Amino acid sequence: MTTSVPRPKADAEPTAVRAVLSMLWADKFATVAVIFLAVVLFCAIFGPWLLDAVATKQNLRGRNAPPFDFTRGWLFWLGGDALGRPLLARIVVAAQNTMMVAAGAVAASMVIGSALGLIAGYSRGRASQIIPRLADVIMSFPSLLLAVIVLYMLEPSVTNIILVLAITRIPVYLRTTRAEVLEVRERMFVQAARVMGASDTRIIFRHILPIVMPTLLTIATLDFAFVMLAESSLSFLGIGIQAPEITWGLMVSQGRPYMTNAWWLSFWPGLAIVLTTLSLNLLSNWLRVALDPTQRWRLEMGARKNG
Amino acid sequence: MRKFLGKRAVASAVSLLLLIVMVFFLSRLTGDPTQLYLPVDASLEAREKFRELHGLNDPLMVQFGRYVVDLAQLDFGDSIRKARPALDVVLEAFKWTLALALITMALVTVAAIVVGSLAAFRVGGLFDRVATFFSLIGASAPDFWIAIVAIVLFSVNLGWLPTSGTGTIWHWILPISVLFIRPFGLILQVVRGAMITALSSAYVKTARAKGVRPRPVIFVHALRNGMLPVITVIGDQAAGMLNGAVVVETIFGFPGVGKLMIDSILQRDFAVVLAAIMVTAIAIFLMNILIDIAYAVLDPRIRY
Amino acid sequence: MADHLLEVRNLSVTFHTVRGPVHAVRNVSWHLDRGEVLAILGESGSGKSVSAAAIMDLIDCPPGEITSGACLFEGRDLLKMGVEERRAINGKRIAMIFQDPLSHLNPVYSVGWQIEETLVIHGTPKAKAQTETLALLAKVGIPDPAGSARKYPHQFSGGQRQRLMIAMALALRPDILIADEPTTALDVTVQAQILALLETLQHETGMGLLLITHDLGVVAEVADRVVVMNAGEIVEQGTAADVYANPQHPYTKRLIGAAPGKGAMAPDRTGKVVPLLEVTGLRKSYGAFAALQDASFTLEEGETVAIVGESGSGKSTLAKCLLRLEEPTGGKAIYKGRDLLALSPVELYAMRRDIQMVFQDPTQSLNPRMSVYDLISEAWVIHPDILPKVRWRARVAELLDQVGLTPEHMHRYPHQFSGGQRQRIAIARALALEPRIIVCDEAVSALDVSIQAQVIDLLDGLRKRLGLSYIFIAHDLPVVRDFADRVIVMQGGRIVEQGSVRQIFEAPREAYTRNLLAASLDPDPAVQAARRKARLTESLTA
Repeated sequence: MTTSVPRPKADAEPTAVRAVLSMLWADKFATVAVIFLAVVLFCAIFGPWLLDAVATKQNLRGRNAPPFDFTRGWLFWLGGDALGRPLLARIVVAAQNTMMVAAGAVAASMVIGSALGLIAGYSRGRASQIIPRLADVIMSFPSLLLAVIVLYMLEPSVTNIILVLAITRIPVYLRTTRAEVLEVRERMFVQAARVMGASDTRIIFRHILPIVMPTLLTIATLDFAFVMLAESSLSFLGIGIQAPEITWGLMVSQGRPYMTNAWWLSFWPGLAIVLTTLSLNLLSNWLRVALDPTQRWRLEMGARKNG
Repeated sequence: MRKFLGKRAVASAVSLLLLIVMVFFLSRLTGDPTQLYLPVDASLEAREKFRELHGLNDPLMVQFGRYVVDLAQLDFGDSIRKARPALDVVLEAFKWTLALALITMALVTVAAIVVGSLAAFRVGGLFDRVATFFSLIGASAPDFWIAIVAIVLFSVNLGWLPTSGTGTIWHWILPISVLFIRPFGLILQVVRGAMITALSSAYVKTARAKGVRPRPVIFVHALRNGMLPVITVIGDQAAGMLNGAVVVETIFGFPGVGKLMIDSILQRDFAVVLAAIMVTAIAIFLMNILIDIAYAVLDPRIRY
Repeated sequence: MADHLLEVRNLSVTFHTVRGPVHAVRNVSWHLDRGEVLAILGESGSGKSVSAAAIMDLIDCPPGEITSGACLFEGRDLLKMGVEERRAINGKRIAMIFQDPLSHLNPVYSVGWQIEETLVIHGTPKAKAQTETLALLAKVGIPDPAGSARKYPHQFSGGQRQRLMIAMALALRPDILIADEPTTALDVTVQAQILALLETLQHETGMGLLLITHDLGVVAEVADRVVVMNAGEIVEQGTAADVYANPQHPYTKRLIGAAPGKGAMAPDRTGKVVPLLEVTGLRKSYGAFAALQDASFTLEEGETVAIVGESGSGKSTLAKCLLRLEEPTGGKAIYKGRDLLALSPVELYAMRRDIQMVFQDPTQSLNPRMSVYDLISEAWVIHPDILPKVRWRARVAELLDQVGLTPEHMHRYPHQFSGGQRQRIAIARALALEPRIIVCDEAVSALDVSIQAQVIDLLDGLRKRLGLSYIFIAHDLPVVRDFADRVIVMQGGRIVEQGSVRQIFEAPREAYTRNLLAASLDPDPAVQAARRKARLTESLTA
C-alpha cells in the first residue's frame, strides 16, 4: 500500500518551480527586476573580493575622468572620482555595505517585529495590550528623525546603523503580523486544529505563519527599498557610514561638491540606488499579485498568452 | 470621540516622555556631554566651566530632575550659535517647514488621488501602466539624488531656477518639486490599490445597476471608501515632511526645521536639537489627531 | 414583435479565465411579462445570474464576452443600445436587488442619500426626491422613516437592509425588478416577510419580477413560471406547478428528488439507553449579553440530536462551548463520568479524540496550504499514539474511501475539489481521530441541495457503520426532519422546546416552533398554495 501511492513531492516540486517561473515571465518588468537584483547580489557578495584593490587605488591622472571614455579600460566607462578611482569599481564594491546594512536591518526588524506581532495577535493576555503600544511609541516619530538623533549621540558604525534602522522598522512588521494573526486566528481551519487538540506552537507555526508569510515577504521586499533609501540619506547627511568605508549614499554625498563640473560622481551611484529600489518595488508588486490567490489569475492568464 | 482623543493624547504623551528620557540618558551616558553642547575645539577650561555652570557634575538623577523641570516650562536653554532662546529659533524655522509641507502635501494629495483613481478605473490600460510605472520610479528615487540632478539640470545647465535660498517664488519650485515625487509615487500606489478594491465591490455594482454615471461611480461611490487606507499613508508622509524634509532643505539651503536640526547637530547646538525634537513631535501628534478625525468623518462605521 | 416585456433570445456568454474560456450560459432564451413572476432556478455554477447581469450591463468585458443573442426590452435590443440609453433604463425601467444587502449598500453614505440618488440621477428634483424617499421607507416597512434615512447600512438588521434595497430599486416604479437570491442569507421568518413584501409591491405596481434562486421552496412560494438551469443551459421551463409535479429532464427530477423534508422521519427511540453526553445548565455570557442561558439536554449512543434556531439563537455558541472553543460561563457536560467543561488542558487534549467537529464552510475549515494527506494525517501528528507512522498512508486511503473519495486524491490541495468533496475531506479528517461524537455546525448549509443530500447520506451511513452520535446544528428545518432523531429548538439563547423529530414536526407545542415551521417553505407549489390560502383565511377571520 505504501509503495503503490506515488510520493507527493517527487512530481509536485518541479511543476511548482516552473509555475512560479512562468508567472514571473508573465510580468516582464518583474523578470528584469529579478535579473538586475541577482546582479546586484553578486556584486555585493563577490564585488569587494574581486575589485577592492582597483577601487581604492588612487590615480591622479584619472581625476574626475568623464564617463564613456573607452580608452581607459572598462573600469572607467562610468568615469573616475575626485581621486581618480574608477567609479564602476567603486559602485560594485559599495554594493556590499549598502546591501549589508539594508539586509541586516530588514532581517532584524522582520524577525523581531513579526515575533512580537505573533505574540500580540495570538495571546489574549496582557502582552496583547502592551506590545501594540510599543509600536505606537516608535511610530509616533518619523524613522529618519529617530535615526538622526540616535546616530548623533552614538557612534555611526555599521552595527549601530543597522540597529537604529531595524528599530524604526519594527512597527511595520509588528502591526501587519498582529492584524493578520487576529484575523487568521478566527478562521475555521485554526478552530478545526484546536478541536483536534493541536498545541499553540503547532497552530502558530503550521497554520497561522504560513498564511501570514506571503504578506510579510511582500512587505520585506518593499521595506528593503525603504531602508536602503534611509541608509543612503543618512550617509548623504554625513551621519551614516563614514569614509573610508563606502556606500552608494556616501558616494553621492562625496560627489556633491563637484556637481557643477563632474555630474557623474553623484549621478551613477544615485542611479544604482534608483534601479535597485525600483527593482525591489517591481518585485514586491509582482509578489503581491502572485501570492494572492484571488489576483493570481492576472499572471497566469499572461503566462498562458505568452506561451 | 472625546474619550478617544483623550486616550490618543495620553499615548502620545507617553511616547514623548519616553523620547525625552531616551535623549537625556543617551546624551549623558555616552561619553562627555560637553561634547554635545560645545564646539569640537572648545578648550578644557571652557568645558569645565560649562560643566560647572550647567550642573553637569551633579548626580545623574538631580540632572534629570532639572532637565524635566526645564522642559516642562518649555525652557530648552539658549542656542549657542544664535545666542537666543532655542525655542524661538526653532519656531521661526518651523514656519518655513510648515508652509513647505502644506503646499507640497496638498499638491501630492490631489494629484495622487485623481491619477490613482483614473488608473484604477481601467486596470491594465495604457494610462494605468504609464501612471504605475512612473509612480514606481518616483517612489524608488532618493530625494537627495533627484535634488542634485535637478540642480545640475535646471539651475546649472539651463539656468532657469535658483539653486538655494527663499527670496522669490522661483526659490520654492525646486524644493516642492523634489519633495513631491516620492510621496506622490507612494500615495498613488495606495490610491490605485484601494480604488481597484473599491471599484470591484458589490456596492459599485449596485450603483451601476441604479444607472449612475462612471464619473460619480468613481469619485462619489468608490473614492470615499477607497480613501480610508489612503489617509493613513498621507498621514505618514506628512509626518515625514513636518519633521523637516532634512535632505531637501539642506541641499536647497531652505531655512526649515530639518536644515536647522542638521546644522545644530553638526555644530553641537544641543539646546536647539532638543527644542526641534519637541516641536516636531507635538506637530506630528496634532496631525495624527487630524488624521483620526478625517477617518471618522469619512467612515460612519468608525465611532471612537 | 414586442409581445413580451422582456425577452432574452439565444444568449451566450463566455468568460475568459486561466483554464481557458468558460461558457457561462449557452443559447439561453426566456421571457417575462408584465405582472408575472418568473423564477430562474439553478445551483451554484449553473449560470442562473448571468442573463440578469447581461440585461443590467454588469458583465465586465473582458474577461466576459457576450458571444451571441439579444435582450429585448419592449422589443428593443438592450445589447445594441448606447451606454447613455442603457444607463437611463437601469434603475428607472429595470431595477435589481441582490443577495447580501450589506455589501451591496455603500457603507459610507446614509441610506436616505442612497435612495435619493436613484431618484435624482433619473431626473427627480432634489426636494421631491427627499419626500419620496421617506414615503418609500415607510412603504417597505422601515420604522421611523425620517430618522432611518439619516442612518447608515451597518445600523440595520439583515432583513431591514433587504427592505432598503427594495425601496431603492422600486423608487422609480420600474417595469421590471430583478431579484438575485434576495432571501438567501436571511432567517426563514424574515425570508417569509421579504417575499410577502415583494409580492404586495408587485401587485401594486404590476411590474414583472424576475427571481433568481437556488431554493425550490422560494420558487413554490412566489413563482408563476420557472426556468431550470444547469451548467449554463436551460434544461426545462414551464409553470412552477407543472415543473414540480411533472419534471421532464433528468436533472430537474434529480433536483426535486434531492429536496429535503419529504423522507420518512426517524421513529421515536424506545428502550432504555444510557446517555452518552449529559449537558446541564450550560451558560455563556459576553459581558452583560447572555448568548446562551441554561441549556440542558442529553445525547444517547448512536443518536442524532439536531439543534435548530435562527441567527442569534445561541446554537453555535452551544457547540463552541461543548468543544471548549469558547469557555462557558457555567454548567456541566458529563461525558464518561467526567465534566468536559472542567477538564484541565492536558485532560482536554485526551478528550479531543472522542468529540470532533465538522464546520459549516469546508473552503474555510481546510487549511488551503496543506494537501489532503497532510490535513487528515495531522490528527495523528497531534495524537501520535493512535497510529504508527508507517500505517498513515494506508489509513488515509482507507478514510478517503470511506467518505466516497479515492486514494489518489490524497496529494491534491483543497482548492482542487468541489464544495461537496471538500466537506467529505473534512469528515474524513474528523473520523481520523476515531471519535464517538461529531458536532456538525451547519455542516451542509453551504452546499447545493443535490450535494447536501449526498453528504447527509454519507453522515447517516457512517453513523450506522461506526456507531457515531451527532449533534447536528442547522437552521434548515427540512434537512433536520430527514436526519435527526431528536430536535432541540432554540431562540434568543434559550432552548424553547425539545422532543422527538415526530413530535416537533407533527405536534409542536410552542408558538415559536410553529412559526418556524410555518415560515419554512415546502418545495411543492401545491403545498405552498394551500398554506397561502390558509394564511389568507386566517388573516381574514382574525
